[in-house]
Amino acid sequence: MKSRTYLPYYFIAPAAIVIFGIALYPILHTFFISLHQINLKFPDLGMSFIWFENYIRLFQDGRAMGALFNTIFFTVSTVALELVFGMIIAILMDRALRFRGILRATVLIPWAMPTVVAAMLWRWMYNDQSGIINAILYGTGIIPEYIQFLAEPALAWTAVIVTEVWKTTPFMALLLLAGLQVIPREVYEASEIDGASKVRTFFTITLPLLRPVLLVALLFRTLDAFRVFDVIFVMTGGGPGNATESLSLYTYKTMFGALDFGYGSALSVLTFVCVIIISVLYIKFIGTRGQQ
Amino acid sequence: MRSTRKGKIGFGIIVIVTVVLMVFPFVWQVITSVKSPGEIFQAPPSILPEQIYTQNYKDVFTAGVPFHWYLRNSLIIAGLTTIVCLIIGSFAAYVLARFKFKGQALFLGILLAVAMFPQVAIISPLFLFFRDIGLLNTYPGLILPYTTFALPLTIWILTSFFRELPTDLEDAALIDGCSPFQSFYRIIVPLAAPGMVTTAILVFIFAWNEFLFALIFNTANHMRTVTVGITMFPGLHEVPWGTIFAASTIITLPLVLMVLILQKRIVQGLTAGSVKG
Repeated sequence: MKSRTYLPYYFIAPAAIVIFGIALYPILHTFFISLHQINLKFPDLGMSFIWFENYIRLFQDGRAMGALFNTIFFTVSTVALELVFGMIIAILMDRALRFRGILRATVLIPWAMPTVVAAMLWRWMYNDQSGIINAILYGTGIIPEYIQFLAEPALAWTAVIVTEVWKTTPFMALLLLAGLQVIPREVYEASEIDGASKVRTFFTITLPLLRPVLLVALLFRTLDAFRVFDVIFVMTGGGPGNATESLSLYTYKTMFGALDFGYGSALSVLTFVCVIIISVLYIKFIGTRGQQ
Repeated sequence: MRSTRKGKIGFGIIVIVTVVLMVFPFVWQVITSVKSPGEIFQAPPSILPEQIYTQNYKDVFTAGVPFHWYLRNSLIIAGLTTIVCLIIGSFAAYVLARFKFKGQALFLGILLAVAMFPQVAIISPLFLFFRDIGLLNTYPGLILPYTTFALPLTIWILTSFFRELPTDLEDAALIDGCSPFQSFYRIIVPLAAPGMVTTAILVFIFAWNEFLFALIFNTANHMRTVTVGITMFPGLHEVPWGTIFAASTIITLPLVLMVLILQKRIVQGLTAGSVKG
């Protein structure tokens, strides 16, 4: 039976090899490339080692800093909105036994759609001439004339954020619902007998009990929002100007538009470092709360 | 629960608004896909099409874009990703559910890290590597990264399914002289079939919907996938929205139907692990 001690390692080996080869080793290699000058437009020049020049350039590059700021802005606003709407929908599903099935079915539709398709669809609905959103807002007298949503920075941001929130709130709602369902009913009843209002019960009972699930859902959504690419690529292409350009999109354009792989890799590393910082903050938060 | 009539009505209104907001865009996509070009660019738009215009669906396959190739590519890539992921993932999930071993925490930590990984952080080395070994514009060139990024989800869900299976049968099989590997594929795998189906659907949807790797690695027209494909329809003067939404409907309707039929299982799979920690 001695061979059995190694058994678990044989079983996880394939997964470990794939993950090491396609995710872990490449991230080290990205850092290695980021220390070089390498442009595929000039393949003859090859790779030359330039220490941290790409990183110096990065911090002096207004467009990169703008993309970083845009990404943070997008992440904070979409995750905050998803949290609010996700919570509302989760509570609806938890309370409305009769409607749970239909609500669950409807939220799964945006979830199952490819982001690219959802972004195309909303881009069309925001169309400045035949878009349904302009027609509704104009028809109800909210706007005096048709708006070019995607041509003005603040409106383009609103349009992109609405699309992302529509597409990803379902995931938040379903996770929160799973968390709500493990809270025993007796807790609510006890609170009701004590005469606590529904709002008070939510903040003093539901929210603290929901905290572990809430933090997991927030962590996943935050990191997913931080790598945003598809929605912006399809809806605005980063425009107008570079007003809605995210880090991922700028990285893509640097590598596959300008073919500047060295600098593009430095941008990739920046995204990766941000993701690590966000994860550490969340995990620290989950950890400290868990000990109380 | 005590609740007033007013409260009930308010509640009902919120439910209806939520349902409409969630469903309307998809319905609008289907409606737009059967409108004629003239009607599509009408302002304000008509709610229901005057007539069902099926030409958009024919144009998907004939208007200069080989959409049937894109469909075939996506089916092969998402299908093979699902199979590879389930095989590799079920091995790992089995030992995670049944054994305690050194390095287990490290392995789980790495899985979590990969699940949170920004894909953009590895595209430069992968692109150069795939270019050098000739994996650009091939199926494995996408199946490999898709498998990598779908593995954490696969392993989490399968582990939670395997944990719920009783161990008696495996013990009996071991006593009867089955190797651990035999007891795994003869007993665990068949018993966990429902969990496998749930996982398979989630992985398939992930791979079918992916965009960034597909955009970068498979740029040759005959190797493109559907998500990249629908951004490729050329317009003479205007964006051909009718054709785009016909194509969108073709690639989303099967997923939406499958998800609606199997909704309980899918929600169970999606939330597996997040609640129990």
